Amino acid sequence: MSSSPPIVKFDQVDKRYGDGPLILDQISFAAARGDFISLIGPSGCGKSTILKLISGLNPITGGTATVESISPVNAAEELAFVFQEPTLLPWLTVQRNVEVPLKLRGVDADRRAKVAQKSLELVGLASRSKYYPRQLSGGQKMRVSIARALSLSPKILLLDEPFGALDEMTRDHLNEELLAIRDQKAWTAFFVTHSVAEAVFLSNRIFVLSANPGRLHREIKVDLPYPRTEETRQSAEYQKLVAEVTRLLRSVEDTTT
Amino acid sequence: MPKKALPYILPLITGLAFIGAWYAIRAFLGEDGKFLLPTPDEIFAAFNEHGDQLWAATLNTTKGAVIGFSVAVLVSFVFALILSLTPIIRASLYPYLMILQMTPIIVLAPILILWVGPGLASVTIITFLICFFPLTVNTTQGLISTDRNLVDLFTMCKATKAQEIFLLRVPAALPYFFTGLRIAATLAPIGAIVGDFYAGNSAGGQGGLGFLTIVFASQFKNAALFATAVASCGLGFMFAGIGIGLAWSSMRKWHESYANSDS
Repeated sequence: MSSSPPIVKFDQVDKRYGDGPLILDQISFAAARGDFISLIGPSGCGKSTILKLISGLNPITGGTATVESISPVNAAEELAFVFQEPTLLPWLTVQRNVEVPLKLRGVDADRRAKVAQKSLELVGLASRSKYYPRQLSGGQKMRVSIARALSLSPKILLLDEPFGALDEMTRDHLNEELLAIRDQKAWTAFFVTHSVAEAVFLSNRIFVLSANPGRLHREIKVDLPYPRTEETRQSAEYQKLVAEVTRLLRSVEDTTT
Repeated sequence: MPKKALPYILPLITGLAFIGAWYAIRAFLGEDGKFLLPTPDEIFAAFNEHGDQLWAATLNTTKGAVIGFSVAVLVSFVFALILSLTPIIRASLYPYLMILQMTPIIVLAPILILWVGPGLASVTIITFLICFFPLTVNTTQGLISTDRNLVDLFTMCKATKAQEIFLLRVPAALPYFFTGLRIAATLAPIGAIVGDFYAGNSAGGQGGLGFLTIVFASQFKNAALFATAVASCGLGFMFAGIGIGLAWSSMRKWHESYANSDS
C-alpha cells in the first residue's frame, strides 16, 4: 500500500466559513486506496465538513488538500456523495434518478439505462426501477441513493451519515450490503456516522474527532478481516473495539461539553 | 347508508334545505318578495329570456379571463426565473411587484381605459394584473427553495446552469407553481368580471358579465341579475376546475399530496 501515493491527502487543513469560528483545525491524514475510513465525533466537530472539503463543494481555508494528487475541485469525477437524506428527485422514477449523474455528464440514453440497471441490481432494487420515490420505504430510498452514487463508478465514495434515519435492523442489513458491493467495486470510502458499532463494523480506520474547533483526536485501526458478516458482530474482538471507541468518544465529548 | 355516498348526499341535503328556506322566506316577504328575492324558477326563467345576452357576455368574459390568465402564467414564469437568479435581482424588483399588487383595480381601471380604451383589451390586462402576483411570488419561492443537497449533487456532476435550472429547479418548483396557478385560476374570472364592470364596453358586442351586471341593475331586472351571478359562479368553478386538473395531471404520479389517489 505504501508504494502508491495516497488517494486523498490532507496536510494541516483549516476551515472556517467566512469570518466565522474555526471549524477544522490542522487536519492531516493520508488515505490509501481501498481504505474505509469512518469519521466519528461529537456534533459540531466538522465531520461533514471534511466530506465537503474532499468533494470540492467547499474550499479549504488553509493547508493543502489533494485527491488523486490534484485539487479536490478538479477531481470531482472520481467522487460521489451519499447524503444524510436520500435526496431523490421525486418527479423521476427510480431508474431515472439513478441516471441523473450520467445524464449530467452527457452519457447517451442507451448506456445510461444499462448502467442504471446494473447499479440497481447491486442494491437489489432492479425490480423497482419504474417506481416513484414516494412508493419506496426509507431503506429502499437510501439504496437508490447509493445506486445513484455508484452509477458514476467513483473511486471515492463520501457518505454523510446515510443510515442515520433508519431502524437498526435495516441499518445492519445495509451495512453488510455496502461492504458486499465494495468487494466488487473497490472504492475508497469516507463515512460519517454517530454509531460506533457501524463505524467498527464497516471501517479499517476510524478517525475520532473532537469539537470546537474540529481536531483529529485519535485514529483507531480496525484489523477485523473482511468480508465481515453478522458473525463479526458477535466476535469478542469486535465487541472490544466497540467498547474502546465508545470510551474514546465519551472522553472527547466530556472535554468539549 | 354507505359511507362513500356521504360526500355527495350531505351537500345535496344542505342544497335542498337551502332552496326550501329560499321559498319560505319568499312566501314570508309577500308582495315585496318578487323584487327582493326572485325564486330559483324565476331565475331560471330569466336565463331563458336573456339567454343570448348571458351567453355572449359569458363568452366575452371567458375570453378575457383565459387570455389574461394564460399570458400571466407565461410572463410570470419567465419573470420568476429571472427573479430566482440572484438575491440582488429580487431585492431590486420585489418592491415594484408589491406596488403593482397594492394598487386596487378600481384605481387602475380608469388609467387603463385612458391608455387602451374600454373593452376586452382593458379587461384582459386587468385579469393579467390580478393573476400575475400570486403566480410570480409562488413560482419564485419554489425556484429558490430547492434542496441544498440536490444542488450540491448537480454541482458535483458539473451540471451547467441551464441543466440546474431546467432539470432541477423548475420541476422542484412545480408544487409551488401550481399553488400559485390555483389561486390565479380562481382570481382570473373575478378579475375579468370586475375589470368588465369598470372598464367594459358593450360596443361591438364586447360586453361581458360585469357590464351586463350594470345593464340589468339599471333596468331593475333582479331575476336576470341573479342569473348573471349564477353564470359568474359557474365560470369561477370552471376555472378552479382547470387549475386543479392541471395540477393533478402533472403531479399525481409523484407528489406526496396525491399519494392515495393514484396507487
